[in-house]
Amino acid sequence: MDIKVLGPGCKKCKELEKAVHKAVDEIGLDAAVEKVEDMDKITGYNVLMTPGLVINGKVKVFGRVPKHKDIIRYIKEEM
Amino acid sequence: MAESCTCSCSCGRDASEILIFPCSGASNVGQIANQAGVELTKAVVGKMFCLAGIGAHVGSFVESAKGAKRIVAIDGCPVQCAKKTLEHAGVTITDYVVVTEEGIDKNRNLNLAAEDVNKICTKIRASLGIS
Ligand code: SF4
Repeated sequence: MDIKVLGPGCKKCKELEKAVHKAVDEIGLDAAVEKVEDMDKITGYNVLMTPGLVINGKVKVFGRVPKHKDIIRYIKEEM
Repeated sequence: MAESCTCSCSCGRDASEILIFPCSGASNVGQIANQAGVELTKAVVGKMFCLAGIGAHVGSFVESAKGAKRIVAIDGCPVQCAKKTLEHAGVTITDYVVVTEEGIDKNRNLNLAAEDVNKICTKIRASLGIS
């Protein structure tokens, strides 16, 4: 599974990265979480705001840090 | 890396918790709604969001909207296109303004009066409790 956290490195992006790691650990998934900080690359995903969560190339949510249960749901949708 | 930035990130004054959806209709009142969304975004009251993305049921747009603390819908007239679009996608509106209900008549003149736009902005600010 390919998981990316989009964000230039501000507070919420870091929060999302941490939250995604927690969800991945909880599910017991062997997946790397890649942080995308390059604004050109981020823009390429057509997110209106950061942070953004992309799983297997699909933008799941952006502009906020979702609840833990929702992150689990987004991951499971792609399993 | 900086804790705050000038990009379109959702940090800072948490304007991203308040999403603004104007109907952006093809009449004076639709465009007054749109311009009010633009002005409120520039003033960092909230962030204008793509109503068309919601209408298209783009998953990430709908998910992102559903998690916002406040959803502001601005419709030009009683046809209520923004309201119906959001409701159809299951997004709950918390603050709602219809431009024609604020004493502005609907017509085809797209030369908008700044005072009309301000009137709608003031109404929304009051609804949000942001002066
Ligand atoms: S609410 Fe009225 S002004 Fe806005 S798009 Fe619909 S018909 Fe047009």
